[in-house]
Amino acid sequence: MEFDPVLLARIQFAFTISFHIIFPAFTIGLSAFIAVLLMAWRWTRNDKYQRLARFWTKIFAVSFAMGVVSGIVLSYQFGTNWSRFSEYAGNVIGPLIGYEVLTAFYLEATFLGILLFGWNRFPPWLITVAACLVATGTAISAFWILAANSWMQTPAGHEIRDGVAYPLDWLQIIFNPSFPYRFAHMLNAAYLTTAVVVLAVGARYLLGGRHIEESRTMMRMAVGMIAVSATLQLVIGDMHGLNTLEHQPVKVAAMEGHWSGRDPGALVLFGLPDEEARTNHLEVAIPNLGSLILTHDWEGTYLGITDFPEDQWPPIANVFFTFRIMVGIGLLLIVTGFWGLYLWWRGRLFDNRLFLRATSHMWPLGFVAILAGWFVTEQGRQPWLVYGHLRTADGISPVPGASVAGTLALFVFIYGIVFATGIYYINRLINSGPKGEATEAAAGVPNRPLSAAEEATREATGRPANEGPGKPLTAPKG
Amino acid sequence: MEWYLPVIWAGLIGTAVAMYVVLDGFDLGIGILFPFTPEEEERDQMMNSVAPFWDGNETWLVLGGGGLWVAFPMAYAVIMPAFYLPVLGMLLALVFRGVSFEFRWVAKPSHRMWDIAFAGGSIVAAFLQGVILGGLLQGITVADGQYAGGAFDWLTPFSLFVGLAVVAGYGLLGATWLIMRTSGPVQALARRFATPLLLAVLGAMAVVSLWTPLAVDRIAERWFSLPNLYLLWPVPLAAALVGFGIWRWLKQGREGLPFAGAILLFLLGYAGLVISNVPYLVPPHLTFWDTAAAPASQIFLLIGTIFLLPLVLGYTAFVYWMFRAKVEPGEGYH
Repeated sequence: MEFDPVLLARIQFAFTISFHIIFPAFTIGLSAFIAVLLMAWRWTRNDKYQRLARFWTKIFAVSFAMGVVSGIVLSYQFGTNWSRFSEYAGNVIGPLIGYEVLTAFYLEATFLGILLFGWNRFPPWLITVAACLVATGTAISAFWILAANSWMQTPAGHEIRDGVAYPLDWLQIIFNPSFPYRFAHMLNAAYLTTAVVVLAVGARYLLGGRHIEESRTMMRMAVGMIAVSATLQLVIGDMHGLNTLEHQPVKVAAMEGHWSGRDPGALVLFGLPDEEARTNHLEVAIPNLGSLILTHDWEGTYLGITDFPEDQWPPIANVFFTFRIMVGIGLLLIVTGFWGLYLWWRGRLFDNRLFLRATSHMWPLGFVAILAGWFVTEQGRQPWLVYGHLRTADGISPVPGASVAGTLALFVFIYGIVFATGIYYINRLINSGPKGEATEAAAGVPNRPLSAAEEATREATGRPANEGPGKPLTAPKG
Repeated sequence: MEWYLPVIWAGLIGTAVAMYVVLDGFDLGIGILFPFTPEEEERDQMMNSVAPFWDGNETWLVLGGGGLWVAFPMAYAVIMPAFYLPVLGMLLALVFRGVSFEFRWVAKPSHRMWDIAFAGGSIVAAFLQGVILGGLLQGITVADGQYAGGAFDWLTPFSLFVGLAVVAGYGLLGATWLIMRTSGPVQALARRFATPLLLAVLGAMAVVSLWTPLAVDRIAERWFSLPNLYLLWPVPLAAALVGFGIWRWLKQGREGLPFAGAILLFLLGYAGLVISNVPYLVPPHLTFWDTAAAPASQIFLLIGTIFLLPLVLGYTAFVYWMFRAKVEPGEGYH
């Protein structure tokens, strides 16, 4: 059987990175949320913030573990599957990844220990500081990854000698032309995605009449965050689009389904792009609106897909559709945010059943939008690995296709099991809710100070008071 | 060309790998010892003794791999395809093991699967790390700066033997860590396993020390030519003395010294491997000068490393110190 190593390596990378990105996106937002909750707790001394922080910390821990393990895989895949790319770009991208490890990974991983295990051992301020450091670490990590990714999209600050990239100016490499837009877009997407999950969980509890006080806090915080960040995302996305038009015009043409640069661009709401016929079937479009958005001129023109040689086209339909999914979700979230604000203003945020029911199902939207966005930008970069410099087909490792196929099958199988289970467990944690958190804390499964009665039992018997494997202690609330 | 830059980087990556081996070594060792007790409470305690640290420990693996890419992209681009299957196998094993830290607690009471995942993942990851090390020691086929061998070149009796040796070694680190950090039945279990594991490790070190010079002339010459013979004999002697020391300390029931001794033993073994192979990163083809990244890249990251690495070591030590108390049964955050 013949295996195409390039295609398989691409599928393997796309598969592993798609799984991976969900978790960092969530934990970037969640760690910031937890840090804010803990600061609110220190500031107001209201214990609901602490209950919420501890509840979300458990979900954070499970998500973070999945992000870490899938991320370690990725860091080695550059070498296993893309060794020629690693050699080509190692001088430039390598140090960025190195800085990510030194400035972010250790910070997150080390202080996570205190955030998770320190609750009844260390003073609250230390837990709060640890939470802030973890949140900072996740954002710094995004900074470096987006710098590396942006360099692959809009390479700058280097020169090519003998088929290898050499750095000339690190500031230009890091702050390459598309970096600020990508970084802002991704970071904001992470905060938005987490806010949507928080909103969905709050709505779910309120519908079930549980955890009322905590849910109201979650809903208020989430609605405010969504209204702000979803709107902001539209603005950042627009600026990012203009930047892409400047540096990767064929990608924008594919996103828009814009075939010929002689015509002003229409805003294609729907259509079925056809690469053979070089047109969209069943097109529903608003004439000239594309030109207005991209050139800020009703009659403005910009390059279309057919203005480029066919061997430089990205997969048109994939880019076209995933772009619509991302934008569609973005617009839906803006509506949701303002609908929530309106209800809040009218004092109906917590009892409008329609809003609660709708938002309780919305939790996956942010993740879908992020994945779609990555598909747009990464597939839109094809057929290049480093845009305009290194073709994807020239970046792979000298590894037999069968090895790539075998490990791909393993990845699908193992990630399928591991991550499906992980998401199931997160759901289970969400079902048990923050109230369960408080009673469980008193029940003694976590690190709590032993009650006096137990202390006595302990001293008398030399053994802890709990008996039988796994049976939680049933001490009264201390 | 700045000849010293690759040397500094080789030293830094060597340090990162040593940190990884010691830190994730005891951590994987816990998983290796996991199948030897069926008691849930003991397993909880074993896992809790490393739960706050495992993530930071594993970051050294990323620094080692990432550092290799930064400083020696060509070596990275040769080694990774050469060990394609064991590297990806090790990573998948680490996936299983890493998530089981969290999953196991959420899954309770039906967490048997994650007990198996934790133990299995740890054993497979340790074994494959040894296989990769063994494969590297025996040499890689390189042509035109690219890996030019087959998918299974790494699979030899020697690499499998080194794989087993690493499992035993990590088991020893795990056992001595548990002696230091726990009490009661878990500590007793660790004590029972520490001595046999120590003997296995010493035996494996002796075998590797004889096997490599017999198989590879270059290594034989390194150790047995003059004046090297006079300069290098303290390394195996020290290893033997430390091995004897650990054995004594275990017999005396000491709690901290066996772990310190096990670390020292690892470092001496590591030093032996370094001595055998310097200056090759990809024996016997590529030295660290051959594969070095552009000086500008090495300098750029070096500047940051000079400031950041001490910081990292500082707060890592801080967190280890904060959690220095022995882990009691029933303790944990879940």
